[in-house]
Amino acid sequence: MIQHVTEPVLEVHDVTVSYQRKPVLWDVDLTLPSQALVGIIGPNGAGKSTLIKAIMGLLPLNSGYVELFGKSLKEVRHRVSYVPQRESVDWDFPASALDVAMMGTYGQLGLFKRPGARERKLAMEALEKVGMQDYANRQISQLSGGQQQRVFLSRALAQDADLYLMDEPFAGVDIATETAIIELLRQMRETGKTVVVVHHDLQSAQDYFDWTILLNMRLVASGPTHETLTPDLLEKTYGGRLTELSKVSELLHKKNFPIRETKPVRK
Amino acid sequence: MNTLWEFLSMSDANVRFVTIGSILLAASSAVVGCFTVLRKRALVGDAVAHAVLPGVCLAFMLTGEKNPLVLLLGSFLTGWLSLVIIDAITAHSRIKEDTAIGLVLSVFFGIGILLLTAIQHSGNEKQSGLDKFLFGSAAALVGQDLITFGAVAVLLLLSVLLLYKEFKLISFDMAYARTIGLPVRGLELLLTTLTVLAVVVGIQSVGVVLMSAMLITPAAAARFWTDRLGVMIFIAAAMSAFCGAAGAYVSFTAPAMPTGPWIVMLLSLLAIFSFIMAPKKGLLARYLLQRRLRNQMTRENILKTLFLLGETKEEFGHSYSRQQIMERRKLPLLRMQGGLKALCRQNLVKKDSAGWALTDAGRKEAQRVVRLHRLWELYLTQYLQVASDHVHEDAESIEHVLTPELEKRLEELLNYPTTDPHQTIIPQQP
Repeated sequence: MIQHVTEPVLEVHDVTVSYQRKPVLWDVDLTLPSQALVGIIGPNGAGKSTLIKAIMGLLPLNSGYVELFGKSLKEVRHRVSYVPQRESVDWDFPASALDVAMMGTYGQLGLFKRPGARERKLAMEALEKVGMQDYANRQISQLSGGQQQRVFLSRALAQDADLYLMDEPFAGVDIATETAIIELLRQMRETGKTVVVVHHDLQSAQDYFDWTILLNMRLVASGPTHETLTPDLLEKTYGGRLTELSKVSELLHKKNFPIRETKPVRK
Repeated sequence: MNTLWEFLSMSDANVRFVTIGSILLAASSAVVGCFTVLRKRALVGDAVAHAVLPGVCLAFMLTGEKNPLVLLLGSFLTGWLSLVIIDAITAHSRIKEDTAIGLVLSVFFGIGILLLTAIQHSGNEKQSGLDKFLFGSAAALVGQDLITFGAVAVLLLLSVLLLYKEFKLISFDMAYARTIGLPVRGLELLLTTLTVLAVVVGIQSVGVVLMSAMLITPAAAARFWTDRLGVMIFIAAAMSAFCGAAGAYVSFTAPAMPTGPWIVMLLSLLAIFSFIMAPKKGLLARYLLQRRLRNQMTRENILKTLFLLGETKEEFGHSYSRQQIMERRKLPLLRMQGGLKALCRQNLVKKDSAGWALTDAGRKEAQRVVRLHRLWELYLTQYLQVASDHVHEDAESIEHVLTPELEKRLEELLNYPTTDPHQTIIPQQP
């Protein structure tokens, strides 16, 4: 069940991605509608994070291309915002919550320019949106996991983008924070933004998302949530890997085969 | 004393130059070193420092003179080459980064020593002083050398000033920096180049062997004093500048003495001082905090014991001797004595001929602790399904940390209980 939309916000066209010559995502081809809350769902090691990293240009593609708002990432970078996994950074870094939120304004600011009163205000507003204004001057290592997650979110908000890609924003977050975050994401959707979230709780996925992507090394489904979260498709996603796929991946890795004979053509 | 005065007065132009030069070099390497440490590349800095030596020697062998620009160029090239090789080995082989660093460091340094020995035996008279690059000599920082190396140091400081926010971001979160369109590869390259340059200019005063300390130690020490990157960089630079000046002084008073070890020893002392004395993060502060908590626990335990004794008698104003308290609760004698004295001072306990008794304020405080203890016991049995004979130990320590907010929350959860799992009455809030 892979449903495509016309005039997509995001088009992932026949994308294959690998880590150290081992393909972890095979021929993913999907489009996403605008103004939607999208969940990426799948078991551990399914390539969920890999997919959004590939979309953000953080990983080289073995094949295919990604288009955002019908353009390449380079042309529309300021309209896309990324929230990495919380564990991807060292929280002992000497910075305050406000410092991190302010980093969201760096892209607009450009090289050499120093953030000033305007940037400080934007960052403060972003912190307020996630309810962290009282912690603005707190050193980030003194924040709880949920608070750190919210600081990351505020950094993305300070960017004021149209498409947000979030890697497990609910990991290690208590239920009250999770509810607050999802409420915020819904508000963002109402103002016309599209939010893509890597998630792995099936139960809540049903209420959270209006579009769901099911992933397990390959795309199992992409479509409106009520059509994708069916027992049949979930069985396909979670019912073990495709053995052949894993074996071929293993072979490519061991024998050092190129994953594609030619490099992907830039469209 | 006279020499110190002579040094401090800076009346000698030579002293002035050497001191300014040393301060500049030390401060600039500390500033760059902050980023090296935060990006967890401290070992790489060490490798670069050692890899600079063959460059110095080769540059001398090719030109036959000690032109600072040429030496700088030579050392820069081999320093850079070592980094490229480390990256190449890590990317294209199974060898991990730490091993690659170890390999490159020793090979480059080995070649450097080999070349240095060859030069020393070549009979070229201009070579004298080249061995200063091993352990450094601040006094050699004069004339052309000072201008060249000082200019590079200023360049380093300016680069960090200009690209402060970019360096901050790539040190904290590289992936995010890439997604907002920063030229991360270029910035990384620049930061690495700055590291190499910092090493190249720093070896004048410290020498290749100890150079990595100049990068790493000030940053590590400064981190203890602050949680702000800007302040950290400033503190690191200040510490380093001070040690640089001290190194110049040593070089000035004892020209035969290698400057590097002196600077590094001083820096290490400053670092050790920071580890111990820094507020909040230092060892001493942490120890004092621990002790304060322990004393507070002792005092609360004494109050609680007096309260429990009163509970059995149903009368709280009674006095108890030390033995009676000890019978109810075993406490180390010395600690109990200290605790009782402190409680007396706080007017929570009063002493009379029969022993110690709770005051009104003391009873209220004791009541609070006992109340938290019993609330927690109840919470454990109801929400964690812990057997009622297992909850006491746990509550003994938790009673000391529960905050008023948590107390309120527990009460709500447990529906304002009146008795604990052992059917003892939970004292109500006064």
